[in-house]
Parts: sequence; C-alpha cells; structure tokens
Amino acid sequence: MDTPHKIFSPARLWAIASNTLLELVRLKVFYFLLLFALLIIGSSAFMLDFKFQEQFQVLKDMSLGSMSIFSWLLAVLATAMLLPKEIEDRTLYTILAKPVPRLEYILGKLLGILALLFVSILLMSVMFVIALYIKQQAVLTDAVRGLPPEQTADVIRGVKASAFTVSLIPCVAMIYIKSALLASFTLLASTFATSSIFTIIVSFVVYFIGHVQGIARESLLASPNASALSKVFLAFVSLLFPDLRLLNLTDDVVAGNAISSAIFLKTAGLGLSYFCVYTLAAYLIFAFKEL
Amino acid sequence: MVKPLAAVFSMLLLFGAAKLPFEHRLEQEDRAAFFHGAKLSLGLRDQVGQLGFLAALSGFRSLVADFLWIEAHTAWEGTQWGRMALLFNNVTTLQPRVVMFWDMAAWHMAYNASVAAMQDPKQPRLALRLRAQREYFELGKDFLIRGIENNPDRYLLYERLGIVERDKFGDHCAASRRFGEAAAIRGAPTYEKRFMAYELSHCPGHEREAYERLLALYKTGRREWLPTLLERLEYLQKALNIPAAQRVNIPEKKL
Repeated sequence: MDTPHKIFSPARLWAIASNTLLELVRLKVFYFLLLFALLIIGSSAFMLDFKFQEQFQVLKDMSLGSMSIFSWLLAVLATAMLLPKEIEDRTLYTILAKPVPRLEYILGKLLGILALLFVSILLMSVMFVIALYIKQQAVLTDAVRGLPPEQTADVIRGVKASAFTVSLIPCVAMIYIKSALLASFTLLASTFATSSIFTIIVSFVVYFIGHVQGIARESLLASPNASALSKVFLAFVSLLFPDLRLLNLTDDVVAGNAISSAIFLKTAGLGLSYFCVYTLAAYLIFAFKEL
Repeated sequence: MVKPLAAVFSMLLLFGAAKLPFEHRLEQEDRAAFFHGAKLSLGLRDQVGQLGFLAALSGFRSLVADFLWIEAHTAWEGTQWGRMALLFNNVTTLQPRVVMFWDMAAWHMAYNASVAAMQDPKQPRLALRLRAQREYFELGKDFLIRGIENNPDRYLLYERLGIVERDKFGDHCAASRRFGEAAAIRGAPTYEKRFMAYELSHCPGHEREAYERLLALYKTGRREWLPTLLERLEYLQKALNIPAAQRVNIPEKKL
C-alpha cells in the first residue's frame, strides 16, 4: 500500500541536505583547510622572536581571522553556485517534478550548506586548538626553565591565561552564525539573480556594507536635522542591511575580554533572526519563480 | 514575480524597522562592556593603505593590526624609531582594547628609542640628544595614557605608567598615584599597594601618609617584610622622628 504524501517530510529534507553536502564535498572544497593549516603553522612557527603574549595574540588573530575569511568565502561561493548549477544541470526540474515542495528544496539546500560550514569550522577549530596547545606547551617549557619553584605557578598561570580561554567558544559560535547568515542572504540573492557572478558580487557588497551599517544607523539616530536625502539614504542602509560588525566578537575575545552570556545570546539571537528572515524571503521569491 | 519581490522588500523593511532599536541597544551594551573606542578615521586610510583600511572596515581589524605589528617589529630590528612610532599609532588605533599593544609600544618608545636617541652617533650636541630622549619618554607616556583611556579597567597600563614616571621622569608623586590607581582595580596584584607606598615615601610632603601605609603593610604579616619595605620604613621612622617606643624594630640582617 502506498504511504500518503506528506506536505512536509523531514526524510526528504534530509535527502536533499545530504546530497547537497555530498556534492560540495566532491567539489573538493575542503582543500582550503590545507591553506588554513599552513597559515596557523606559519603564524606559530615564525613568531619565535616575539614575547609569548605577542605569539598567542598573533596566533589567535590569524586563526580566528582566517576562520572568518574562509567561512565567509565558503558560505558565499558554495551557496551562490547551488541554484544556477542545478538549473544548468536540469537537476532542479527533475526534483521539483516530483512531489517535493519548494520550501523543502530551499531548506534542504540551505541545510546542506550549513552542514558544510559546520564541518569546516569544526575542523578549523580543532586545528586551531591543537596549534594553541602545542604553542602553550612550548612556551611553558621555555618559561619555567630555571625559575625558582615559588614563581613557577605564577608564570604557568600567566601563560595559560594568554592561551586558551573559554571565551573562544562563543567567538567561534558567532563565526558560524555569521557565515550561516551570509549563506542565507546569498541564497536569497540567488533566487532572483540571473547568474552566479551577480549573486557573488551582491553578497560581497552586502558583506562590506554590513560592516559599516552601524555607522549609518548611529548617524541616522544621532542627527535628526540631517537633510531629507541623507535621511533616506541612511534609513535605506540601516533598515535593509544587517549589522555584521555587531556579530564580530573576535576582537574583544582576543583582547582578553570575557563575553557575558547576555551579550552572546542577544548577538546570536540577532544573527539567527536575520538568518530566518532571509531564508523566508528566499523561499517566498523561489516559491513564485517561474522555472 | 514583481509581487513577491515587493512583498519581500516590504518584509525586509519591516524587519529592519523592528531590529533597528535592538541593534542600537546592543551596540550601546557592547560599548559599555568593552569600551569600544576604535575610530577608523580617513587619516588611518592613508597610513595603512586602501586595502588595509578596507580590510579593517570589513571586520578584519585584528589581522591588519597584526600585520602592522609584525612590520613594526621589522622596523625595530632596523632601528627605525620614527616608523615604529607611526606603526604603533596605527596598531593601537585598530586594536585599542589589546593592552599588550599599548604596553609594548610604550616600552619601545620610552626605553629602547630613548636610549638610542641618547646614544645617537650622528648627533654630537648633547642638548639635542637629551631633547630627543625626552621626546621619546613623552611618547611612551602618551601611549600609556591613551591606553588607559581605552582600557580603564586593566591594571597593567597604570602600573607601567607608574614605572615610567618613576624611572624616566623621576616623578615619585605621580608614580605613587599611578600605582594607587592600579591597586584599586579588581584583580590587581598585591604588590601594587606596596609600590604605591614605596613611591609615596619618596614624595616630598607625604612622608607621614607613606609611613602609615608602610606600617599597615608591615602589620599584615611576614609576607610583606620585604627588604625595600623595611628599608623605607626605617628611613621614615628616622625622618619623622617616631618615638622609640612606637618604632618597629627592624633587625639589621633584614636590610
């Protein structure tokens, strides 16, 4: 007996998501991890002339900065290719000819990208923690050599405080949320774009504007006497673009600041709400798109 | 297709209007929590280049700062003090919350550059060498003062400023004030209070206050009976003519 068709099926969603992930893995996107490994090995091996605080500072900055760059590029480039490639290969028509709702298709594709970003960021984090641990052990061995026992505990505490801190975890989590947001925006752009190039350019532009959106917003709120034209421009930027600067906790964490759970939750909530709105918008446009 | 696009545009505008006050509040909270003071001025653009400025604007401030820091290290190896000062200015502008950058910049200027200026073989006139040395002291002090403005919650920069006031300017009263400010910050090491009292004992007109502070430290226990503390206490007991019955008996071997 045939099972009745469900309007929404997690199994179909999973099938689309896992296929998307598999396709991306076959494209050898993980090769960038080699570059990441080279960067962190370089930043930890060639900074030996520096004080240990400087070495940790550079290692953390380089690693977290590279994680941000790679996850951003991966999110934009992998997502921008999805729809145009499926249309070009005609796979999209084959899938949608079956009883697969467009919502499931869009969500499945996005989940595949999210899984790819998750695996990438996880692998980069593991490499980063290993590099940090090796550096910490090397610095500790050097630092405590020849020290009187009463000073050893202080030095070990100092070195460990400069190396791994718990605040690095929310920082990495925010890198993931930010890349998920960028992936959802790129998906939105690709639903109405006519080519991958256009999608990539729009996503890059949004990325850059997103980092200065805060300036536009503060100017809009702080200058009620600005000209009407300026107000319209500032309002346009403030309302339509995400504030990506707010989602960047890396600088504060590397500077040694602890991130309060309230600030982390609010920032993560903001990022996730952008993600949901962009995904919904992508679905709305895709649902009415003539294919 | 026009209708869904218009609907999405309206939805984004509505969401934008709803999130605007939330983002504004979150920005204020971030500023309050982390004392954000980074201002990416157009002047900085000329100094770090268009690409560096763009990268800094795009959320890669820390990476740009690190590259400039490495460049400053190379400049140090080539004893290019002026270039170092410029690079340090850019680094600290980009990453004002990294205390280490302020601390190291101040140290390079007040200690390394000032000594190099004093030993400059190209400048035969002592007066000019002294002036250059003084300028580097001031530059180091300025880094620390600006660092404190951006990091009022960290004790290290107050301590470093105290050391510069003491060692480079010989201003023990100012040094004592700075060590006192460091001691008042949560998590500061206990020696800050001791340093404050030591410097106060050198500050004319504050001998009585210094004596009381040193005595209070002495009474906390043997852990505080350090050679400098005992020596300053001994000196102040004599200078203030403390009656013999009230004096702390400091054995010679302790000194």
